[in-house]
Amino acid sequence: MTQAIRPRRALELSRRSFGVLAAASVLAACSRGPQTASPNAPLRVLAINHVWTQAISRYLPELEERIGRRVTMRMLTADQLTSSFNVKLNASATDIDVMTIRPLQDQMMFARNGWIADLTDRVEDDADYRWTDFQDAPRERSITAGAAVSVPVVTERPALYYRKDLLQDFGGAPATLDDMLDIALELQRRTEGFFGFVGRGQRSGAVTQWSSFLYSFGGDFTVDGRSGIGSPEAVAAYQYYGRLLHDAGPPGATNMSLEQAMPIFAQGKAAMYVDADAIYSNFLDDSISTVTDTVGFAPFPAGQAGSVPHNIPSWSLAVNEFSLLRDDSWEFVRWASSPEMVARLQSEGIPGARQSVWDDPATLASFPADLAEAMRVNAANGVGHDRPEVMQVGRARDIVGRPLVSGIVGEDVASVAADADAEFNDFLVRDNRQQEF
Amino acid sequence: MTTTTTARAATGPGKSTRAAAPSGKPFVTFEQANRRLKWALLAPALGFVGLMIAFPLVFTINLSLTDAFGAVNAGSSYVGLQNFTDALTDTRRFWPAVGRTVTFTLGAVVLETVLGLALAMLMRKAFRGMEIVRTILMVPLLATPVAIGILWMLILDPTNGIANHLLGFVGIPPQEFLGSVSQSLPTLMLIDVWQWTPMMTVLLLAGLTTLPEEPEEAARVDGANAWQRFVHIILPMLRTTILTALVLRGVDALKTFDLIYATKGPGGGSDFEAETLNVYAYGLTFDYQEYGLASAVLVLFTLFIVAIVVVLRRRTERSAS
Repeated sequence: MTQAIRPRRALELSRRSFGVLAAASVLAACSRGPQTASPNAPLRVLAINHVWTQAISRYLPELEERIGRRVTMRMLTADQLTSSFNVKLNASATDIDVMTIRPLQDQMMFARNGWIADLTDRVEDDADYRWTDFQDAPRERSITAGAAVSVPVVTERPALYYRKDLLQDFGGAPATLDDMLDIALELQRRTEGFFGFVGRGQRSGAVTQWSSFLYSFGGDFTVDGRSGIGSPEAVAAYQYYGRLLHDAGPPGATNMSLEQAMPIFAQGKAAMYVDADAIYSNFLDDSISTVTDTVGFAPFPAGQAGSVPHNIPSWSLAVNEFSLLRDDSWEFVRWASSPEMVARLQSEGIPGARQSVWDDPATLASFPADLAEAMRVNAANGVGHDRPEVMQVGRARDIVGRPLVSGIVGEDVASVAADADAEFNDFLVRDNRQQEF
Repeated sequence: MTTTTTARAATGPGKSTRAAAPSGKPFVTFEQANRRLKWALLAPALGFVGLMIAFPLVFTINLSLTDAFGAVNAGSSYVGLQNFTDALTDTRRFWPAVGRTVTFTLGAVVLETVLGLALAMLMRKAFRGMEIVRTILMVPLLATPVAIGILWMLILDPTNGIANHLLGFVGIPPQEFLGSVSQSLPTLMLIDVWQWTPMMTVLLLAGLTTLPEEPEEAARVDGANAWQRFVHIILPMLRTTILTALVLRGVDALKTFDLIYATKGPGGGSDFEAETLNVYAYGLTFDYQEYGLASAVLVLFTLFIVAIVVVLRRRTERSAS
């Protein structure tokens, strides 16, 4: 055997060996480390910046004592949260253990991607947890492809916020959508900067609140698996909502989501406002509201098909599939959605998803009486979704929202709805294919 | 076992030859080995470039050839150039986004250049309070685009904003500004002009200060007025600086995302009225999770930017020569 002795071997670095070394370094850097969590690693919760999260964070020491581990909670806005999940979970990140997700927006996609853990055995096998105590609609929305992958913690319905002082002459809050339109048109003084009605008008952002109008007109996003947005009921709902904002609403309504619409009512510049009941406290806060003494709360007004608002789980807890602390993560979910905690939080004004808690009048004592009644009525009549139940919710909302915008800017709704209907049907075919996972 | 040592024979100063081993394979001399040390020394920089620039670019190009959907680490299939075909035949979102990207960039950068040049000319000669004026001019540059977006949203709010109150004093009816489909893009361009004109001013002022004074003096002696001196003396001499500033600001304006997203939200508004290519690609990625198509749009966008830079660079070099 012949072997060459080369001088200073350490310095001999050919292009090929450099490439191999670099690739090995990158692989080593990218390879997963030990797949067990350090005993001192905190339980990391990435959550929505919401009153629920702020409230639960005050009780974290109780859980920390129980699981013997520190719990860190990071709060983001909804858009930031979705982007963070997309970035981190695409990289199979282990630095998130518990997540707050929007079950109707994210869950199907996250489950398809394998990003959220199956909790079926945990929720069903734990008798003390009382899984069946959750209201039917939120519980059903926790299940994707036969598996319970989330647990609802905050529920939401629309509420009609109105100015008691202004609507006194009309006999109080309108009971029907027709009355609401008439009153809004009569009270509006657009040239003076006062509006009969304010609501969301953004193409995608308005879809969820508009859903209650759609259902109350007798329509739905899909009917027998096909688009329902071209139906006469849906077109009527589009036209109604468009007229409400076009003729009685503020300028620039198509750029308005919750953040823009809410201050207009809070500043006393609108007579009526329909939005989530979870935001009611903004109107009772002296520092940001001028209507603390005059705001009233009412159930969603009835349309041709009655009063059919949505009643949905707006936020749920899920466990990251890649978490190294699955058991502790479940402990967090179990603790935060236990009957006792839900009762405690609902008593503080945060509506939960457990029926036993809703049946206890004491938990509704913190809500204004008329709001509690509106929530109870809306929950009883509610539909369990407020957007198309599809995989690609973002694209679906963009399609469904197009006629909505046409109505608000005063264009012909029927033709746009027909076009959107065809587009939505094509979309549903593609989306159904993606749902086969 | 036979052991062979590397032969080293100098045939002249600084030169070395390779001695062949009995097997016929060349040995590596000390100088050659020493030269390869450069690879080791370059490794950190090359690694950084590879990781931060080349890898994402190659990854995006690879993704653009697949039907990746939902998650990039989920299974996907190669679909050839299908995503590029889909993008280039999309007249509802892609081409309007291209048009808005070009309109926004051209409109904003031209205004910024004209205003920046005017301000630079004004500040060319020292005057009392010049330092204060320069400091004030720099303020918009210090804020982040998101903060600026929120600030202008409050100012331009159609109902509660101060802009409509001020317009009311001079008898102009309230405007919808960012709430209007037709006014959104021009309003965003004006906000961009407000923020970035100072940068153009600084760049052009730097160019102006390097110009020789003699040609202008000679023109003045010959009776040329201020406008003639500006058009025939200053502008030609400043051409290279202007083109460089245009390239820098133009590429930056093409990529504008944060300002548009902060003020108009996903899709650039309800009628996609402010949706540029960047906003469209972001929406495809984070709202629709269509990673394959989003990557194709980004690749096309990158090619678009590279083409513009190449053209402008050639013009710069031609004008310099």
